[in-house]
Amino acid sequence: MSIEVRNLSRRFGAFAALDDVSAVFPSGKLVALLGPSGSGKTTLLRIIAGLESADTGTVLFEGKDATARSARDRRVGFVFQHYALFRHMSVFENIAFGLRVKPRRERPPEEKIRSRVHELLGLVQLEGLAGRLPGQLSGGQRQRVALARALAVDPSVLLLDEPFGALDARVREELRRWLRRLHDEIHVTSLFVTHDVEEALEVADVVVVMNHGRIEQVGTPDEVYERPVNAFVCNFLGHVNLFHARVHEGRAQIGTLEVEAPAHAAARDRQAIAYARPHELDIERTRTSESGIESTVVQILPVGPIVRVGLRRSDTGEPFEAELGKESARRLGLTVGERVFARPSNLRIFAEDYVI
Amino acid sequence: MTGTVSRHATGTVRRRGAAEPAWVRRILIGAALAFLALLVFAPLAAVFHEALRKGAGAYAAALADPAARAAIRLTLLAAAIAVPLNLVFGVAAAWAIAKFRFPGRSLLLTLIDLPFAVSPVVSGLIYMLVFGAQGWFGPWLIEHGIRVVFAVPGIVLATIFVTFPFVARELIPLMQAQGSEEEESAIVLGAGGWTTFVRVTLPNIRWGLLYGVVLCNARAMGEFGAVSVVSGHIRGLTTTMPLHVEILYNEYNFVAAFAVASLLALLALVTLVLKNLVEWHAARAAVVPAAESTEPAPP
Amino acid sequence: MARSRQIRVLPGFGLSLGFTVAYLGLIVLIPLASVFLKSATLDWGAFWATVTAPRVLASYRLTFGVSFLAALVNGVFGFLVAWVLARYSFPGRRLVDALVDLPFALPTAVAGIALTAIYAPNGWIGRLLEPLGIRVAFTPLGVGVALVFIGLPFVVRTVQPVLEDLDAEIEEAAASLGADRWQTVTRVVLPTLAPSLVTGMAMAFARAVGEYGSVVFISGNMPMKTEITPLLIVTKLEQFDYAGATAIAVVMLAVSFALLLLVNVLQSWSSRR
Repeated sequence: MSIEVRNLSRRFGAFAALDDVSAVFPSGKLVALLGPSGSGKTTLLRIIAGLESADTGTVLFEGKDATARSARDRRVGFVFQHYALFRHMSVFENIAFGLRVKPRRERPPEEKIRSRVHELLGLVQLEGLAGRLPGQLSGGQRQRVALARALAVDPSVLLLDEPFGALDARVREELRRWLRRLHDEIHVTSLFVTHDVEEALEVADVVVVMNHGRIEQVGTPDEVYERPVNAFVCNFLGHVNLFHARVHEGRAQIGTLEVEAPAHAAARDRQAIAYARPHELDIERTRTSESGIESTVVQILPVGPIVRVGLRRSDTGEPFEAELGKESARRLGLTVGERVFARPSNLRIFAEDYVI
Repeated sequence: MTGTVSRHATGTVRRRGAAEPAWVRRILIGAALAFLALLVFAPLAAVFHEALRKGAGAYAAALADPAARAAIRLTLLAAAIAVPLNLVFGVAAAWAIAKFRFPGRSLLLTLIDLPFAVSPVVSGLIYMLVFGAQGWFGPWLIEHGIRVVFAVPGIVLATIFVTFPFVARELIPLMQAQGSEEEESAIVLGAGGWTTFVRVTLPNIRWGLLYGVVLCNARAMGEFGAVSVVSGHIRGLTTTMPLHVEILYNEYNFVAAFAVASLLALLALVTLVLKNLVEWHAARAAVVPAAESTEPAPP
Repeated sequence: MARSRQIRVLPGFGLSLGFTVAYLGLIVLIPLASVFLKSATLDWGAFWATVTAPRVLASYRLTFGVSFLAALVNGVFGFLVAWVLARYSFPGRRLVDALVDLPFALPTAVAGIALTAIYAPNGWIGRLLEPLGIRVAFTPLGVGVALVFIGLPFVVRTVQPVLEDLDAEIEEAAASLGADRWQTVTRVVLPTLAPSLVTGMAMAFARAVGEYGSVVFISGNMPMKTEITPLLIVTKLEQFDYAGATAIAVVMLAVSFALLLLVNVLQSWSSRR
């Protein structure tokens, strides 16, 4: 089922949690709502679930207005950050809950409930644990019970709030791959909230990047990582170097480097900021035909398979960082204090209207 | 995440998933308030209403009566002895139980609670059995002309018994929760035992200590059953304020009875105010360090 | 021996424990033991005759029966009050919240005469009930009112914190799974609260069984009808029947200790859940 939100706004006192948000989440996709804390992603998820109401705006399920429908009538499966399992009920009863509270005429007979619960226990690989209480499970197991419980009522959409937030790093990685595989099996439209970039990029079909109650960019993991639409997305999605630059009639000047900047064809000698990720910088000893940024090596830090090279621009003294493979670093044989040229293989230039 | 932080800031709750419709809410609030009005608010109001029924003059006269003044003095005396003793005991017990592990620790915890489980009347009775004319030490005491029961010492003892656990009960969980790290670091830094207690422990437990003292004092001044059994009801000599209320009431001197009772009701109100102040301070003390360590809230 | 000796960094263990045990023994244990030592000197037949006399049996029925009913009433209304205080905001909520502790703080004798004043046939509330044929003061109902009064804070103060700590997500989870509000409260909230509710009721019951001050004024103290067990102990003492008073006190103490044990078990149950 597709979900659409139109012009959603929600304020908490003076704080705008959502500021005129509109988006379409296509059917059958696994969507990540990604943003820093306070960006409004959880509020958006809760409004879609009907757990919170918006001040203005509409929520549409399959094109039909669902804004006025209560949480219990929306048929969404919601997986809470801390799982919200019912402590006094066994795993079995937790999963069966949604079926047992259906109105009498819709309620499946006991044996149907039983078989459905066991089917779900199989799906989340917890067959042997039906009789356990939530307190007797590990974090990862609780997470899967919460998921099975949400799936029991055949939700038309699955919403997950920081699904891996409360787990330790190892379980988290394992479980997110498992969620990806599970989604490939069941194909329910799913939205999950996360502030972990790696998680969003690895698991989701579509990433929605949010900040300050607004959506900054919607796209595939590749699109948002490789072609961020603004400085915030560029910054949030991974470590970047920031270079102060000038743009003039489609060309950008960064120290000794001059490159084409077709997006800024109309600019007349304006301040701009250029971004390049550390692994997108090549280091050369000599100035080649394509010019590089003249810099000094200030630090060389081997970290496992890569080598981080700390650099300082010769013209402005701004520090930045490059990442080299161990092999190419060895071939270069850099020494601290040496003068080099850093050449970006990918550079994103934004006119200076955004300050980090 | 966003929601939680902001809800605290604005105090408005708009969770739709877990709320009753407004009319249900109103009915429930109404029912709870009606119940409390009939059971708790009305008696409190009645005390002051009955006390002032014949005007301020009669009220003042009732309190100026020598027997009433003697009762007030005795009540203050009993509390002035019982509260400090139980305070010292409470601190010692909490120190031993919260800071050390030893066999019989949980038994000791249960035994400290015993006086709460015993009917006040039985609390009085046990002192009759020890110090009364037919009791263990009774004959010896009579021989030496020492009076315990039907006299002030009996009243003080019964008061100590019924207020025994209050301070200990407040301090033990508090000191257990705080652990011993701060004291240990003080010792490692070279502080002596007493200095450590005064400079490190005492500031940490002061609100809990005050809370325990307030509750202990309220019970000490208000105790009726236990004191009634050992008092002998000698007007002006062995009657505390609650006992004096009873005597006046049984003499159908209602205005005077409620006048003395109103002082005790005021004491109860002061106790509630202090209790809330202490809780407020304790909550603030607990919240501030926690708030500093969490991430800053969104703007 | 020296190997297993624990190192104690903090000082004062011997002093504080020694004082604690000595004080506990002098004030509580030795006097309490006197009841059992005294009762051991009683003739078994006389003991049995005392504790099973018709007037004493009638007092047990009243004391335990009404205490139990009062605990049930407090289970319902205490839960209601805790729910309203924990969940809703309304003008005066903080004041009401503070006043819930009044039965803890108000001396029992004051509570006794005040309740009698308003529930007597000419009192504020008694006057309204009189035409309906309901008499409260000087009947078992009056005993019940006093016992509900003194037991109320026990239930409210054990349930309220649990209700406040109850994760709102639990209820939202139930709602998102399709449960209506009633199903959510009865199937999710109440079972979660049950241990603390039962603990609070057991505490209220234990307190009510031994209660004296607030009851003796409103009950009217008619033998066989409205006479509570603690009052019988006082009556026997006033007649210098120490043996009889001790016999009944032994029964009361046995019940109190059993209830103390029960409350401890319940508390460890609810903290485990």
